[in-house]
Amino acid sequence: MAATLASDRSSPRPPRRLRFAVPAARLARSLSRRLAHRDGAVIGGRVCLAVDPDAVAHLLVQHPTTVFVSATNGKTTTTALLTAAIERLMPVATNTTGANLPSGIVTALMDAEPGTTAVLEVDERYLPGVVAVATNPVALLLNLSRDQLDRMAEVRSIALRWRDAFAHDTTRVIANADDPLVAYAAPPERTVWVAAASRWRMDALSCPACTARVQYDGDDWYCTQCDLRRPKPDVTFTDTDVVLASGRRLALPTTLPGTHSRANAAFALAALELLGLPVDGASDAMATVTDVDGRYQHLWATDDASRLYLGKNPAGWAEILDVLAPVDRPLVIAVNGNDADGHDLSWLWDVPFERLAGRPVVATGERMRDLAVRLRYADVEHTAEPNLTRALAWARTARADVVGTYTAFQQIKRELRRDA
Amino acid sequence: MTLDSAVRIIALAPDLLGTYGDAGNVTVLAQRLRWRGFPTEVVEGIGRDVPDSGDIYVLGGGEDGPQALAAREMIESGALPRAVERGAVIFGVCAGYQLLGCSFLDTDDNVHAGLGLLDCTTVRGTGPRNVGEVVANIGTLLPGHVLSGFENHGGVTTVGGGATPLATIVAGNGNGDGSHTEGAWSGRVVGTYLHGPVLARNPDLADLLLEWVVGPSAPLADADATAEALRAERIQAAGGSRRRA
Ligand SMILES: [Zn+2]
Repeated sequence: MAATLASDRSSPRPPRRLRFAVPAARLARSLSRRLAHRDGAVIGGRVCLAVDPDAVAHLLVQHPTTVFVSATNGKTTTTALLTAAIERLMPVATNTTGANLPSGIVTALMDAEPGTTAVLEVDERYLPGVVAVATNPVALLLNLSRDQLDRMAEVRSIALRWRDAFAHDTTRVIANADDPLVAYAAPPERTVWVAAASRWRMDALSCPACTARVQYDGDDWYCTQCDLRRPKPDVTFTDTDVVLASGRRLALPTTLPGTHSRANAAFALAALELLGLPVDGASDAMATVTDVDGRYQHLWATDDASRLYLGKNPAGWAEILDVLAPVDRPLVIAVNGNDADGHDLSWLWDVPFERLAGRPVVATGERMRDLAVRLRYADVEHTAEPNLTRALAWARTARADVVGTYTAFQQIKRELRRDA
Repeated sequence: MTLDSAVRIIALAPDLLGTYGDAGNVTVLAQRLRWRGFPTEVVEGIGRDVPDSGDIYVLGGGEDGPQALAAREMIESGALPRAVERGAVIFGVCAGYQLLGCSFLDTDDNVHAGLGLLDCTTVRGTGPRNVGEVVANIGTLLPGHVLSGFENHGGVTTVGGGATPLATIVAGNGNGDGSHTEGAWSGRVVGTYLHGPVLARNPDLADLLLEWVVGPSAPLADADATAEALRAERIQAAGGSRRRA
């Protein structure tokens, strides 16, 4: 990620504050890299925002095509897939490391050439503020579900804020027709609906519009009281193919595992089509994405099936358990309870860990005791190993799959890098 | 034993009241019964269709709208007052605790009637939500037991003379009405603000509820050693890292 000064010479001239903010941010980032050996990913953005509080708006205005990806799960993966698909045609400005707060967005944009297409993952809570200041934005709304229980008191309130934002703007939306919270949030007249086959339904059993029960009937769903119901999907997919809004049928990339990965790829292809970009060859480009900032990476050998997963909430775990199901491979689960994980780990009881019975499991992480109690009640034989390094050493020997909550996942990546 | 003699646990409105892993309380009760060899059946009580045959009725936490709907449906069903009459056990957590009381307020300050099975009333707190680890000493219900759990609520609950506070607060907020108490109980109706799920964190409380149905039974030393390690860790954490959101 070499810093380029090209954008300083370009027109239109950026606002005055931004002209000071960006060089200051680059200096801070370079100091952070040299002195603290950090990657400086967010430091630059933070400094930039301190000098120019409107840096997000000032930077976004320089990009005529912006795509925002927001969701509880799948933001980083979908952003990576769409970026790969567009990069085969033209340069893309993106936040590849999952830095999805305003500071991360600023960092992604401050080095980009004005005019570059921007593909940005955005934290659910910041999405309304970001689309409001973008020119001609496209928003991909993948799903909403419980996550970080202690911080996000009501996932329904996020859906409401999204709905309010889209009701008053001109954002073009690609949204999940199978998630009632997302379907409620998206503006029907400007939305391409993807049948994204959401497995987790516990956060949308009560209607986001009127709180009455939502009835599920096979793939269909509808509110039993008001007229909120599943929109007719424009984009559908199978295990191998996607049919886009135009009727075009394309092969889906199969590099990343699971139905949710097909859904993410379907969203990316739908976005390409909406942007008017060629879709031929896009799947091949997306197939080169073998892991997403560590998610799904092969752990012990490329010919080995075991992978690293990010499992931070019940909806994500529902997909992971499906992927793990066919083979009783050993499994290491690392659970932390830091700010980014959420301090309340009650959600572990919403994960059907009962499905793991019969395979060797090691529980680790700073909150391994919460997991150990949960696994015991699920009748899953397991060993508790407080030391992550030792747990990973066992995983290597056993060729185990590894799943971590957000900060545990970052620790695991660091450990693996150190060993490499 | 025949199926008729199975202990029947009713998970009440799991579709409306299940935001904070409280379904785990049903899992804990059912497993503790099964581990001890009692035939056990878990039945969901959805809408007005609440079985009259339950031995233990369990209510979880939920968001404002679903909570109000659940209260309306449970009042219309009438099953819970009949269950209390029969001597069945009722256990409510957070929103489920609030709706066992006489009334509660939603975010728009609308008053909703509760089931009136616990003499307590809930209003909106004026401060920030109460979020964090809680430690409280249980009173007469389980003398000497320390209650551990995680609270996340904006409600302030006052326990009236017809019920008894469940515990006295050591760390955290609990009922939050200035009385330094947490939860309430009356007869075999017990309510608490604590998630965790609270029965996984507090096996003694789980066993008390079960004792009311099947009589005293042997401890589950092996399983509860794991829970004890978790309790010790969380009780210690509550001392240092209590945070407000
Ligand atoms: Zn409705």
